[in-house]
Amino acid sequence: MTAMGDLKRRRIDELAARAGQVPEGEGGLSLTRSAFRRLRRNPVAITGAVIVVVFLLVAAFAPLLAPKDPLTQYLLSEIRPGSIPGSREGFPLGVDNLGRDLLSRLIVGSRQSLLIGVVSTLLGAAVGMALGVLAGAFGGWVDSVVMRFVDILLSLPSLLMAISISVLLGQNQWALMIAIAVTQVPVFARLLRGSMLAQRGSDYALAARALGIRRSRIVFGHVLPNSLSPVIVQATLSLATAIIEAAALSFLGLGDPDLARPEWGAMLSNAQAFLSIRPELAIYPALCIIVVALGFTLLGESLREALDPKFRR
Amino acid sequence: MSEPREHGATAASSLSKPAPTPVAPTLEEPAASGARGPLGDTLLEVRGLQKHFPLTQGIVFKRTIGHVRAVDGVDLTLRRGETVGLVGESGCGKSTVSKLIVALERPTAGSILYKGKDVARMGGRALKEYRREVQIIFQDPYASLNPRMTVGDIVAEGWAVHDDVAPKKGRLKRTQELLDRVGLNPDYVNRYPHQFSGGQRQRIGIARALALQPEVIVCDEPVSALDVSVQAQVVNLLEDLQDEFGLSYLFIAHDLSVVRHISDRVAVMYLGSIVEEGTDEQVYASPSHPYTQALLSSVPLHEPHLRGQKDRILLQGDVPSPADPPSGCRFRTRCWKAQDVCATEAPALVDRGQGHPSACHFAEARMVVPVDAE
Repeated sequence: MTAMGDLKRRRIDELAARAGQVPEGEGGLSLTRSAFRRLRRNPVAITGAVIVVVFLLVAAFAPLLAPKDPLTQYLLSEIRPGSIPGSREGFPLGVDNLGRDLLSRLIVGSRQSLLIGVVSTLLGAAVGMALGVLAGAFGGWVDSVVMRFVDILLSLPSLLMAISISVLLGQNQWALMIAIAVTQVPVFARLLRGSMLAQRGSDYALAARALGIRRSRIVFGHVLPNSLSPVIVQATLSLATAIIEAAALSFLGLGDPDLARPEWGAMLSNAQAFLSIRPELAIYPALCIIVVALGFTLLGESLREALDPKFRR
Repeated sequence: MSEPREHGATAASSLSKPAPTPVAPTLEEPAASGARGPLGDTLLEVRGLQKHFPLTQGIVFKRTIGHVRAVDGVDLTLRRGETVGLVGESGCGKSTVSKLIVALERPTAGSILYKGKDVARMGGRALKEYRREVQIIFQDPYASLNPRMTVGDIVAEGWAVHDDVAPKKGRLKRTQELLDRVGLNPDYVNRYPHQFSGGQRQRIGIARALALQPEVIVCDEPVSALDVSVQAQVVNLLEDLQDEFGLSYLFIAHDLSVVRHISDRVAVMYLGSIVEEGTDEQVYASPSHPYTQALLSSVPLHEPHLRGQKDRILLQGDVPSPADPPSGCRFRTRCWKAQDVCATEAPALVDRGQGHPSACHFAEARMVVPVDAE
């Protein structure tokens, strides 16, 4: 026994000596920090992040960046039936059917599109997560009731539901955001509930129960923090779908009625009458929508990879 | 690894004596070692323990279409300073027994008496005190530690509830002492679990259980997920801790040699109930239940010259479903001794002249594995 004790002590000393050589930063690398480190090394993540940041900056400084006023009908006099002026000096992308500068409208339009995407996703995620926590933490009949409600939401086609809600709430941008948020709620609720249920039965949650830890502390201290990764990923991916849905609703004429705020979806909708004359009017806003959605999707997918324990070295 | 151990006064089960005041093990003043000697009073007594999980059908209107009899009549006794091994194949209900004992599940029937008090009837303060005294170590060291907490927080977490165990001020020092005691560098308190190997993580799990100064630790397959070399280290650590703090272990495993090494008494489980029980000498050298004999005959021998002497018993068929166990004796569907009486009458776990309890109508001691140098 003493020989073994000596051995053990010597081993601890060795370990201690080696631990002294470990660089400072290695002391404790939390999961979040190591995930962020992996994210930084991933070129796909960088591409997505750059796209997202560029569009966010453009949206933030739109009034400064736009070369012309997006509402002034500069070239109205040159518009004839069957001909809209194309690219020229001062109007790099040409003008729309009312003679307004297309580039400026795209730049200012990014504000509205991104705002709708971000606000509706935040709203949807907040409500969805609240429902998910409720179902995941309590289980039993609470879980059944909440999940049946969520199933009802999920059973309606999301676009159809968004259309009915925005019709119900009247035509304004808040109605649009709420309509899109409602379609996001069930996704977040199901996701968080599922991952919480999985974590609730995990050994460390059982160990905490065996220690006598209170249920609220187990839910908020152990289960919830470990259930959030899929929700964060989903939020990033939802931003892309929210922007697309906002565009779709605007395209259908259910968007923001305020003409003073240009918006990509409304621009797209406007352009369909002139598709044969000037397809660029549709192509440019569509391209913006696609690229932003792609940026968020790339970021979300690489976030999923970074947060996935299977990819952890 | 293999030191001869004496097993004093283990066969007779005595529940009569009242418990003397327990000596709470602390890091500073280890309880008198030599707990290997005569064993103490009964700490934990499990009688007729059952746990049936309902099988339901339907979404809104659930109806029960049957029960999985995960645990169906288990009797166990654990005395102070003793290690009881519980062996059995996967799915026989070992882990459910461990969860029942640490009150993570409620038993369907039967009782778990701790120092004479029924655990199922405990509430509030009594349960809190029970949880402090009876701790658990889990099988999978990768799942049993919260990946988002530092090692220091994991070990110290129990003190958030049981704040009388460690004074608030010296908690960091206590945590470091505990890490040191389980063979980890005390400077690792700020590291996260994913920075450790499986064996090191299991040591963290042991430190977490030890932090509450328990009397009983339920070890739910604590070494099954580890490499063989690391298994030995962890088993030795558990033995050292037992000597130092006078702990009692319920050691659950499917590895017969590990159980034999650490246990004073062994219980063999099959399909939710105990089929044979005795000191490790009795169970390993003269197994009397056919299932125990088959189980032992499957253990690989490390001594080459002994290999020819072993008669390998091959069982036919699979383990029956615990949702629909066979009538009478659970083992009769795979037993070569089975007769008509086995289908009608469940054999009781009693001594039929072989020296220790065995749940077989035709129990007969038989040496399966040549015992040599152990």
